[in-house]
Amino acid sequence: MNHQFDVVIVGAGLAGLRAAIELGENASVAVLSKVFATRSHSGAAQGGIGAALGNEEEDNWEWHMFDTVKGSDYLGDQDAIEILAQDAPRTIYELEHLGVPFNRTPEGKIAQRAFGGHTRNFGEAPVKRACYAADRTGRVILDTLWENCLQRGIRFFDEFQLMSLIIHDGQCCGLIAYELATGKLHTLQSKAVLLATGGYGKVFKTTSNAFASTGDGLAIAFRAGAPLEDMEFVQFHPTGIYKLGILISEAARGEGGILRNNEGERFMERYAPVIKDLAPRDMVSRCILEEIRAGRGIDGKDYVHLDLTHLGKEVLDTKLAEISGFARTYAGVDPVQEPIPVQPTCHYMMGGIATDADGRVITDSENTPFPGLYAAGECACVSVHGANRLGCNSLLDILVFGRRAGKEMHRFISTVGSINLPPSPEKVVADQITALLQSNGKENVGSIRAEMQEVMMDKVSVFRHKEGLEEALGKVRELKGRYRQISVQDKGNCFNRELLDAIELGYMLDLAEVIALGALSREESRGAHSREDFPNRDDEKWLVHTMFRHSTDEGPQVFFKPVTITRFEPKERKY
Amino acid sequence: MKCTFVVYRFDPAVDKEPRYQEYTVEAEPTDKILDCLNKIRWDQDPTLSYRYSCAHGICGSDALMINGRIELACQKLVRDFKTANNFVIEPLPLFRVIKDLIVDMEPFFEKHRQVRPYLISDEAPPETERLQDAANQGSFEPALRCILCGSCTASCPISRTNENYLGPAALLRAFRYLADSRDTDTVSRLAQLNNEDGAWGCKTMWWCTDVCPKDIPITKSIGQIKRLIKEEEKKKTAGS
Repeated sequence: MNHQFDVVIVGAGLAGLRAAIELGENASVAVLSKVFATRSHSGAAQGGIGAALGNEEEDNWEWHMFDTVKGSDYLGDQDAIEILAQDAPRTIYELEHLGVPFNRTPEGKIAQRAFGGHTRNFGEAPVKRACYAADRTGRVILDTLWENCLQRGIRFFDEFQLMSLIIHDGQCCGLIAYELATGKLHTLQSKAVLLATGGYGKVFKTTSNAFASTGDGLAIAFRAGAPLEDMEFVQFHPTGIYKLGILISEAARGEGGILRNNEGERFMERYAPVIKDLAPRDMVSRCILEEIRAGRGIDGKDYVHLDLTHLGKEVLDTKLAEISGFARTYAGVDPVQEPIPVQPTCHYMMGGIATDADGRVITDSENTPFPGLYAAGECACVSVHGANRLGCNSLLDILVFGRRAGKEMHRFISTVGSINLPPSPEKVVADQITALLQSNGKENVGSIRAEMQEVMMDKVSVFRHKEGLEEALGKVRELKGRYRQISVQDKGNCFNRELLDAIELGYMLDLAEVIALGALSREESRGAHSREDFPNRDDEKWLVHTMFRHSTDEGPQVFFKPVTITRFEPKERKY
Repeated sequence: MKCTFVVYRFDPAVDKEPRYQEYTVEAEPTDKILDCLNKIRWDQDPTLSYRYSCAHGICGSDALMINGRIELACQKLVRDFKTANNFVIEPLPLFRVIKDLIVDMEPFFEKHRQVRPYLISDEAPPETERLQDAANQGSFEPALRCILCGSCTASCPISRTNENYLGPAALLRAFRYLADSRDTDTVSRLAQLNNEDGAWGCKTMWWCTDVCPKDIPITKSIGQIKRLIKEEEKKKTAGS
């Protein structure tokens, strides 16, 4: 089936929906999502969204900018971070006007709370900057934006899987999608495509991410010639529930929660004397693992305690209700009475499809745009998070840059005349599906996926070193070879989940290879990338973005792009 | 330990009638029911279909029937059931089954759209945020927990007998906007709900509240709509 739109957006999380709202009244827009829109993973965001409103105490956007630069370990592009921090208050007011039900102060203003790495006056003390709706901030923003899209009559293709981009004469002019309910292929022709497909935490074994977070958009853009940027930077959130990886929001520490080792010691005081438990995530995750390595994990095991017992039932019931429920349901622990067992969990990908600050996908280190192709949200790398993202900057990023991508696409589509598609653009995809369904290969999707997740977790997570990374890269490449021999037993065309698992696994293997390759190449420690064999940051050699270009024959090719530094010269990062 | 799962199966391409298929799963007491379904699909029978995504009770994908009761598969653990490790898994009632445990939720979302689920205000917003009383925000805070999983509406006896009834989930969303002091469309919202397909369809049977995986006081919220309708009628009578 064929459809025509001005713009097709892939992904119905906050980046995609914000772009859709920007375009809704001025262009024909379709939003395509492999899960029903409100199931998008933005809805799992808990703690808050950062903006220097100063509603609770003095704050200003330059402090926010500085914290984000420092949090990024100076790898974030400062021109983009300036946009992020400066545009944050407007973004929050806009959300409020659209109907987002934020918690309120006694004066009726939007309430704010402390979050990791956010400080007053360039690092003096924690500041209350995170706007929130209890600990379901992402959920209520997602609902509000989705409902605004319904009001605007935006067309949704729910439960459609992106299969490939249509590139003709170097320009992106649509995509091919697979309808889960029927197995039919659809051609969506458009003047512009926005990829807003989110993260890919499922590459790792322990993650806070949803099953849908498999990085489809990145891998497809990569194969179509778009470079990926800074892929070695993977955020492990310090407080996932032990063994399960389910997220316990940083808001728990923002509200006063304390991490303790087996001696009951508040160990973060030793590592970050000024902001303690509210140090940035890369640091806290490393500190937890250092404590465990030193034999101070709880009961000699690989977890520590997150103590919320002193916060009292009232705070837990009103401001941290979801995570209290998670602790009760999944860990069997009542946080009012007992500490929660936690360990780092793969949470967020700083790397992504390289874009400029208007969502244009770029093709080289000179920022040459890829005509018609845009990316925003976790799948994109602007880069505002550099080597480590601060908590509550993700929701902000995806809304600020989702809107800017929407604006830029609106401008762009007015410059494009009629679009010509190549003949039978869906044929390659149809052949790929037929081949998968007819294959009688011996390999199994589940075991390849499990082996990939295992080796990535063991060798490419918080602490990394050369031998481990080489082993991981070798293993992933071996798995890519075995992947060619997979077969799919379900031959049906109605919600054939096995077929989609197989397709997603192909994407994840591509991304795992790039992550491991990037981690191996970068011989320094910066932000979330911690090399035990290169423990220091090396600004002379490595204050650069790593870029990866796809090559079918030779594997991913690495090149570099300079970091934009405007206001803040790199300094040692202490908290 | 060994668990027995009897799972509802229906493939429209093959089956004339639904059937039940039995699987044996090696599970831990702390495994989620969703983990067990994944074990079946990954290790035994890849043709089994069901929806899931976040796997921790926030995306709302995996509401289904476990041992005759509506639950989220990702929010219930094996140890939560006193059924000697025997489980019967069926799709949500009320909705048409598309395949196995996957149902057609479109009628559910159609009802959702009918209540105009967005803020309507005839006042231009200020440059910064509109002020809102914290107690007002708190009054509809429980309704914000809704994850649109469909459990309440699927459980509702009235929804089964009156296909035009908005149902508990859509009424809850209507309540969320009615209660929000920033919304000025109260009169026409109440008029829309002042009938048997709206708030008065609710006969206070509490099924919705009982099954809600997010513990939302749904029946009470619908009761609040009824109270607002009565107050509005009183105002009209007093004014005329």
